[in-house]
This record gives sequence, structure tokens and C-alpha cells, in this order.
Amino acid sequence: MLIGISLISFFIMHLAPGDITNNEAAFNPKASEESRQKLREMYNLDKPIIVQYGLWLKRMATLDFGKSFASHQKPVFWQTTDKDGNITKGLIQEALPITLMINLLGLAITLTLAIPLGIIAARKYMGWQDRSITLFNFIGFSIPSFWLSLLLMYWLGVVNNWFPISGMHSLNYESLDTWGKLKDSLSHLFLPVVIPSITGLAGITLFVKNGMLDVLQQDYITTARAKGLNEHQVVYTHALRNALLPLITIIGLSIPGLIGGSVIAETIFAIPGMGKLFYDAVLMRDFPVVMGILTIGSALTLLGNLLADIAYAWADPRVRRGVARG
Amino acid sequence: MIENQLHHIKIIIAASLIALLTACHDSNIGGETKEKLNENYANESGGTLISAMTGEPSGLISMIAGESASSAISSNIFNSLLKYNKNLDLEGDLVEGWQISDDQKTITFTLKPNLKWADNQPITSADVLFTWQAVTDEKTASPYASDFQLVKKAETPDPRTFKVTYDQAYAPALDSWAGLQILPKHLLAGQDLHTTAFARNPVGSHYYKLDGWAHGEYLKLSRNPNSVLGQAKIDKLITRIIPDNSAQFLELMADNIDTMGLDPIKYSRIIPARPELQQKLGLYKELGNSYTYMGFNLKHKPFDDVRVRQAINYAIDKQEIIDGVYLGLGINIASPYKPGTRWSNPNLSPYPYNPAKAHELLKQAGFTDTNGDGILERDGKPFAFEIVTNQNKEREKSAVLIQRRLKEVGIDVKIRAIEWASFISRFIKTGDFDVVVLGWGLGLDPDQYNIWHSSQQAPGQFNFIGYHNPKVDKLLEAGRLELNPDKRMKIYHEFAQVLLEDSPIVYLSAGYGLTAIHKRVKGIDNPAPPAGIGHNSQDWYIPTPLRRNEMAAN
Repeated sequence: MLIGISLISFFIMHLAPGDITNNEAAFNPKASEESRQKLREMYNLDKPIIVQYGLWLKRMATLDFGKSFASHQKPVFWQTTDKDGNITKGLIQEALPITLMINLLGLAITLTLAIPLGIIAARKYMGWQDRSITLFNFIGFSIPSFWLSLLLMYWLGVVNNWFPISGMHSLNYESLDTWGKLKDSLSHLFLPVVIPSITGLAGITLFVKNGMLDVLQQDYITTARAKGLNEHQVVYTHALRNALLPLITIIGLSIPGLIGGSVIAETIFAIPGMGKLFYDAVLMRDFPVVMGILTIGSALTLLGNLLADIAYAWADPRVRRGVARG
Repeated sequence: MIENQLHHIKIIIAASLIALLTACHDSNIGGETKEKLNENYANESGGTLISAMTGEPSGLISMIAGESASSAISSNIFNSLLKYNKNLDLEGDLVEGWQISDDQKTITFTLKPNLKWADNQPITSADVLFTWQAVTDEKTASPYASDFQLVKKAETPDPRTFKVTYDQAYAPALDSWAGLQILPKHLLAGQDLHTTAFARNPVGSHYYKLDGWAHGEYLKLSRNPNSVLGQAKIDKLITRIIPDNSAQFLELMADNIDTMGLDPIKYSRIIPARPELQQKLGLYKELGNSYTYMGFNLKHKPFDDVRVRQAINYAIDKQEIIDGVYLGLGINIASPYKPGTRWSNPNLSPYPYNPAKAHELLKQAGFTDTNGDGILERDGKPFAFEIVTNQNKEREKSAVLIQRRLKEVGIDVKIRAIEWASFISRFIKTGDFDVVVLGWGLGLDPDQYNIWHSSQQAPGQFNFIGYHNPKVDKLLEAGRLELNPDKRMKIYHEFAQVLLEDSPIVYLSAGYGLTAIHKRVKGIDNPAPPAGIGHNSQDWYIPTPLRRNEMAAN
């Protein structure tokens, strides 16, 4: 599976016209064609694609993701130590935790808001609560997030000096105490985390609401009500658990997005995450970085799907029994 | 393409937002602060200057990195042998003087006495020799090697003398030594320049040294006590990496950064419309060493005909492009040199907008509208071509204005804008284009052999328009051999004149570089001298009362 993915991405990437020597900085009359040729030889770009793929596969067999062409040959994946003990951190090693943290926080916020909102909307179906939640979702879904970002950056960062506008840390971060550091990080994370959650809220809320509506009409809910259980028990013990099952699939599907990051959000907020790394690498034709991200991304996605399946089996006894029988 | 459009939309939205919201908030800089910013202050050292750039340097060895983000930082850390002064004349940087031998083939540089690296080791001619060996080394893929490969022999007769000998006189040599940042041998000998950790932890000799580098966030420089040129006034330079221009501007408005490069809309519309920004920001413009042009593929018909090229030149209204695309912040040029410098020929004037003349020339070249559809034909074929350009807002807009003007004289133009790497490898390298809109960013030396000499037409070389003029070839060769600046100037004046008559390209405009700097920074030369406002940045100072809260800015 992974080899298939890597093969396809390798060839698509190399089909795109140009290579690292065609970047805009190289379009300088002082830069000679010989020096570009030298670079091409250095990176084996003068060899046929199939040979380049072979070389890449050979390195991958030892889990060596290689070095970036563009970023002073930083390692693509994990840090290396040279003979003098200088540590050079890997590009993905630096970018992935940032993106994961932002997206996981965002997902957590989305879920904590979407589930209650979805339940309320389902229980008060067609009531004013449902209508206002639907309206809110509709707006959240329609607003382009970069526009909302700039608006909030202006309002919260420039007009009122409440939140930092961009970046990950204040410039005096190192001199803060632990509490100060935490506060500083959280205030920098506020906008990049909250804005995508707002726009992401709409889909999940709708999903929970519809799942809940479905379940509430099932016979066993009628049974539960007939048994004389109170509304709270009916909704939260019997209905919710069943209504949330499909959500596991949704979260499983969102895993590639969790690792991939968003180019636009990361660019606006000056966050050195995965989306920006990948986008720049494609523009620079930095093949090792593109391939490294695609490989690690697909590996993590496959892993995520597996976890989602396991979680499904754990949450739903019917699936488990099906597996045992099969 | 999508990204580009998004960017576009973002700018429009940011602009409208700013216009909308200006009305409804109290500016945090009141009249009192305004007075404070404009008072006279004693010139004193200290303080921090925070700037922003869109891309992160890949490393700080600029001969390897090659990108502008890298040299923007490394030029504060490393010295070269020579430098350009405020009037763009060469003077010593690390050297106190240099001699050119009578046959013009040997240059002898004498280093200033008692120079030291930031780590207290002496700077000697061995470091210079090491740097030359590094840039010309077989294993080093430096884009700038070609100038230095012409050095036949490099010697260090004593620790303060460095002597280079060329096969024949090479006039751009001095400029090339002003561009090569000298690296410390004692830290780099035996290392691979492409991977060395030194690139992220450099030791130099200039005003500043690197204090910290947070990946994707900022680089911090602080004053180098061993600086070979004396001490700079400002203590610390912090450069934040903010990829998005609108976000940079918001940071500037919120006073989190002191300076940024502007686009024409911000310079001439947004900032002047907001009094509180105008009060705290100084706006500066300077001519860059670059220009935008429309180039013909001279190997394709009908662009091999000089009358056709001149006709198109007359048919395009350059002032309209400058006013419409650059909001007036550019100038019309007639030679490929920065106006106002020695190399630019003051007697030349650009082709005026003259559609009647264009019609006449096209008619002479055999183009007439035989079927009355408004498009000219020759031999039954309509005059139509495609302008190819990369995805650059200004160039795309210029192409649209050109399209309209050429339609008026009966030429049917289509426009195609594509991503840079594809553009270069599919169109420029293969020579598979009719007309391009592109720009040249040039060095300070007048030599343009690589762009115009007929020998430079192979794929990947820079005379991709296929220009071939024996007279120009001869002038370019002569210009490389002449080290006397006055004689050299005459050669390039003549070169520019031939080029203008031949019209292988249409000069569209030379745009101004636009910068905003917070008024707390004093000592800036305005208007900018030929070398630009940054030429004396070591003398800029920030008076104590105007400094940021240093705790917060550290």
C-alpha cells in the first residue's frame, strides 16, 4: 500500500515541470548554467526518474528520508548529529508537533461544542434553539476562514491589544516563567485554534443532530421511554451512545487533515507547520521533503484508519461480534 | 493560481476592512505621542529594531544559499573585501586599499590592520584565500562561482595582502569582490559548506552577530563588539518571519514591528488615509536595481523585424502601466540601468506613446487589415501572439494593459500566467514563447554580458530572447576589459543606445522599493541617496524615550 502511494506521488511530483534549480532566486544573470548543472548532479536530478526512485526506495528501506534540497540540506524527518555534536533538527520533526497540537486542540474544541449543540438541536427540533443553531452553523460554514482570521486579527490584535496577531511565541518568551510561558503560548494559539473550530463546527453539529434525530425515532428509544426512564437517561444513556458511533468514522476521516495542516491558516498566522512546509516544498520542487511528507502522511493516515476501526469495535459490541464471527 | 487569487482577495478585503474600521476606533497614538515622535533627541546607542520578512533564510552562508532572505541577514554578519558607498562608488570594507597592475590583470588588496572575527581570532589574507577556494571548489555548487573561476592565481604574500591575477583584464572583478562575503577559515576548513552547522550558527566580522534563531519564527542579532567597522548604534536587530503580507501590516499597525516593505496600495492609499498611521510611520521610497520588461522571441517571426518591435514599443503606453499598476510609484526608463547612476545614459529617452507611428511602422513591415476585422494581417495570417508571464500580480496587470493598447493598433494578444518553475522549464528554457513579461534584478556592475551577448543563448542561459547584434557583442566584450570607470561608462552608454534603437525588449517600468519605518527610528537619510536608505543603517538610532518596553521587546 505504502509503496503504491509512494510510487504514484514520486512520479506525479517529477512530472511537474522544473526542479530545484529553477527557483526564482536562481533566475539571476550572475548564476551560471554550469552551477545549476552541478546542483542537479549533486542531487541526482540528472538521472532517469526510475533510477531516482530506486535510490529513494533504497534509502527508505533504511528509514532514511534524506535531506532537503532547499533548506541548507536539513534532514527531512528526524534530527541528525554531525561529528562535532551539532544537532540539526528534521523539518517534519519541527513542523508536525505544531500542526498536530493546533489541530487536536481545534478538534477538541469543535467536539465539545458540536456535541451539545447537536443534541440540543435534535431535542428541540424545529424549535427556536434548533433554528438559531442552524443559522449559526450556516454562517460559520459560509464565512471564509482567512477573512474571519484577518477580521479578528485586526479587531483583537490591532484595535484592542488583547491577543497577539501572528507567530507562536512572544519575543521575550525565553525570559518568562512557566506560567508566563503557558499563558503566552495559549494566547498565541487562541486565534489559529478557535477560527478553524468555528468554521469546522457546522458540519459536526449537523452530523450529531441528524444522528440523534435518527436514533430518537428508533423503537428502543420508545421502549426506553415506555419503561418510564426519565428524559435525561433516555437521551444521554440510550440515544447518545448510538448517535455518536458514526462520529468515530468522521474523526477517522479527518486524520489526514490533522497531520496535513492548512497552508492558508499557517501562512496568515505565521505558524511554521506542515501545510506551509509542504506548500513551499512543492513550489521549490524540493522532492525529498515532498516525498517525506507524503510517505509519513500516508503511513499515519493508514494507522489512523486502523485506530478508527479498532475504536469502532470497542465502542460498538455489534461490530465486535461481527469480527468474532467472521 | 488559487493561492494567487486568494492573496488578491485578501488584499482587497484587508484594504476595505481597514477603511471601514478606521472610523470606529480611537487611535492609540494621540497628539501627545505625535509631538513626542517629532521632537529632537540626542543621538545615542541602544534599543531594538524589529523587522519582518516573508521567507526564512535556508542558511547564512549566502554564496551557498543564494536567496535574498539569506543575504538580507548575512550582510549584517559578514564583510566583503569591498563595499559600495552612498553614491555607489566602491570603497574598502575589509581592505584599506587596492591596486590594479598596469596590465590590468592583477589586483592587490591590502587588509586593514588588526581585524578580528567575532570570536577574537585574527582575520588574515588566509581567510580571503579560503573563501575564494571555497566558492570555486569543484564540490561547491555556488550560483555565483563563475566570476571567481576567472581568477587564474590567488596568492597571500603576507597576512594582510591578497593578490589575484586574471587571464585578461576583467572589469566586473571589483564588483564581484564586493559581493563575496569573507568566511572564517579556522571554523570552516575541512567542512562541507552545503551541510555545515556554521550556516545556522555563523561567526562573522560585521556590525552584528547572530544571537538566536527560532525556526519559522525569528532571528535575533546583537552588536558584535569586535566589529571591523566600529560600532552600530542600535543594540539588537530582530527579524520576524511572517509569510503573509497582510499579517505583517497588521503587526506594523499594532506596533509590534518597526519596519516592513510595502506595496504601492499600502504606500499611497492605505497609510495616507489613516492619520494615526501617518503620524507614527515614516514612508520611504528608493529606486531598486530592477525593471520590468516585455521581451520578444527574436527567433520567431515577425519579431525578427525591428520595425515590428519598434511599432509595439510605440503602441504601449508605459505611463499608463506605471500609473495603473504601480500607482505612479515607478519610472519610465530608456536603458537597463538604474536612472541617476553613472551607467545610465542621460541622453536617452523612452519610446513615447504614439499609436500613429506604430501604425505607420506596421504598415511598412507589411501588416494591413485586409479583411476589416480590426486585426492586421500579413500574407493572409492575422497578427496574433501570446504573452507569457509568471504569476505575479503586477506583471499580469501590465500584460492586460498591453493587450488593450495592442488591440487598438490591430494586434490580437492573449495572456497566459503560470507558476514560476513551470514557466521557466516549459517556456524560457525551451524558447517556446512569442513574448514574455518578466523582470530583471541586476547587480551594481554594468556588465550585462550574460543577458545580451549572442553567445549566451543555450538553454538555461539568460539571453533566452535570442538577441544577436555584433555591435552590442563588441561593446559588451570591451566593457569587460575596461577598468577605467569613465571610459567604461562611455561603452555602456553606447550599448544602451543601440539597445534602445533595436528594441529587443520594451522597458515597462522601474518600480520604487517602498518601505515604512516607525518614526522612533532616527538618522535615516531622506530622500534616499543612490545606494538606498539602508546605506547608513548602522547610524540609525532609537532615542530612549521612544523605545518599546524593552522587557517586552527583548
